[in-house]
Amino acid sequence: MSMPLLTSVVLVYLFIIGFLTLKAYRNTSSAADYMVAGRKIHPFVMAMSYGATFISTSAIIGFGGAAAVFGMSLLWLTFLTIFIGIFIAFVFFGRRTRIMGLNINAHTFPEFLGLRFNSRGLQGLIGGLIFLAMPLYASVVLMGGAKFVAQILSTDYNAALFFLTIIIAIYVIMGGLKGVMYTDAFQGSIMFCGMVVLLVITYQKLGGVIPAHEQLSAMKEIAIQIFGAKGHTGWTTFPAFGSPYWLVVVTTIILGVGIGVLAQPQLIVRFMTVKSNRELNRAVLIGSIFVLVAVGVAFIIGALSNVFFYSYDPETSGKIALVAAQKNVAQIIPLYISHAMPQWFTAIFMVTLLSAAMSTLSSQFHAMGTSLGRDIYEKALGRQGNSVLITKIGILFAILVSYFLAWGLPAFFEGGTAIIARGTAIFFGICAAAFLPMYFGAIYLPRMSKAGAYASFITGTSVSMFWIFFIHEKESKPLLLCKSLFGVDSLAAGTLWTLVDPLVIALPISIAATLWFGRRGSQLPREHIERCFHNIR
Amino acid sequence: MLGLEGVAVPLGMVLTVLSTVLCIIYGLLNWNRGYITEEELEQEQLWKEEESKVKENL
Repeated sequence: MSMPLLTSVVLVYLFIIGFLTLKAYRNTSSAADYMVAGRKIHPFVMAMSYGATFISTSAIIGFGGAAAVFGMSLLWLTFLTIFIGIFIAFVFFGRRTRIMGLNINAHTFPEFLGLRFNSRGLQGLIGGLIFLAMPLYASVVLMGGAKFVAQILSTDYNAALFFLTIIIAIYVIMGGLKGVMYTDAFQGSIMFCGMVVLLVITYQKLGGVIPAHEQLSAMKEIAIQIFGAKGHTGWTTFPAFGSPYWLVVVTTIILGVGIGVLAQPQLIVRFMTVKSNRELNRAVLIGSIFVLVAVGVAFIIGALSNVFFYSYDPETSGKIALVAAQKNVAQIIPLYISHAMPQWFTAIFMVTLLSAAMSTLSSQFHAMGTSLGRDIYEKALGRQGNSVLITKIGILFAILVSYFLAWGLPAFFEGGTAIIARGTAIFFGICAAAFLPMYFGAIYLPRMSKAGAYASFITGTSVSMFWIFFIHEKESKPLLLCKSLFGVDSLAAGTLWTLVDPLVIALPISIAATLWFGRRGSQLPREHIERCFHNIR
Repeated sequence: MLGLEGVAVPLGMVLTVLSTVLCIIYGLLNWNRGYITEEELEQEQLWKEEESKVKENL
């Protein structure tokens, strides 16, 4: 790759990030500015920030690589991300969240639920769970970003990790949520353009849309020969019903992420950053197009890379993507970019991936920092002080925790890399099971009691944890707790239960517990409920 | 369909496109609906004043 070109692109990119940070810093004076961007964010910025936060480098590289293995069945996740993650989220959750957030003056997701259920303890618990579980998710994104930078710039991983963390820390701490969202919108725009170019060049290289798909369909026998025992039926068909591959694709990838997106604290807070429902309506249109491209392209390219490696690349001729990348799923997309794309695009794609990592990380750091500063220290513990300063200290602490996790865990703990790699799935699963029933009840069930909210939190968290530590082998194996207590990697070893994602088990149980306890326990005062639901129709 | 085999994957692709179209139509139809009300503006102002008071007290 041309180093002068790459250096110029990165310098321009960093200059624009610096300019946007300064703009956000100058426009931030109050706690509302710092935590909910002053509730006056433009719909384009909101939609792009929502999408860019959701889609990280690991989503492009990881999901793209997964599509190279599982095929285009992953397009169902694109459908769910647009239909549930954008349409349902904005229209049925976002509008109510915005109005209720304003009615009760909520600044964070835990504060929103804490105020709605009139419980500082609940706010502290939710903040605590976010602060404990999110660093794992943040460190996987941080590691992915740093590894990529180190690889492209041929530099040391630790140096890349350090400088990437420093750059993000500066703009998150200085600019607060405004800084995060302005830069997200810029980074999201880069991601959008990068992915469109990637799609166009790929189809052009493979002879057009339908011929490319037909060539992939024609490779069916190879897929069955290699992965057939696990249920693979070809890259343009769905895995066999009930097979190991079907369980992974449906429960972990499609449902785990597709439903998990509804209960992400760092995404939900964005509904409270816009001035009115009009902005949300506009953001539905913008967000859907962004997600279609950013998520959909990764899946299509990932699957089609098999055709390229097998038939078009002389260096890898006769090899499917996984074999060409030496069985390293995370290497498939970078390898495809370096072999199939022109030189100039490699620099653009580098910035695309950097944008994806930075936009997700900045929002994670902000969400963790506000959880620690605002929700735990200020509200649950009842300490008083300058809100903005406390939150800044919380963010700094969150950044340090994530940094040391990404740096130290793989070095000191044998299963460290494996468990960090599962961070995204773990966080999405816990959030969905612990928060979604309570969040739905908060905005749709005025008569739901505080006990119902606690039931959602306790049941969702504990069932998820049990499944993660003792059943779902992808996590229970590297975590080693099940092995040390019972001498096996999973209590369900040898059965298909080890492949079922925690969300599929924990969420229904959490919903049932929320409904059961939500009808019991003392009702919240009528005036409080009227205040929360004021103007919500 | 579109060079893809079976039913599930083409259906996934069609649903992806349809859900995007749904979002675009929804966005266009409601482009100017739901602008901030006077009451919401007042509420926002009230919270701002309250935050200023808390700051002063600190």
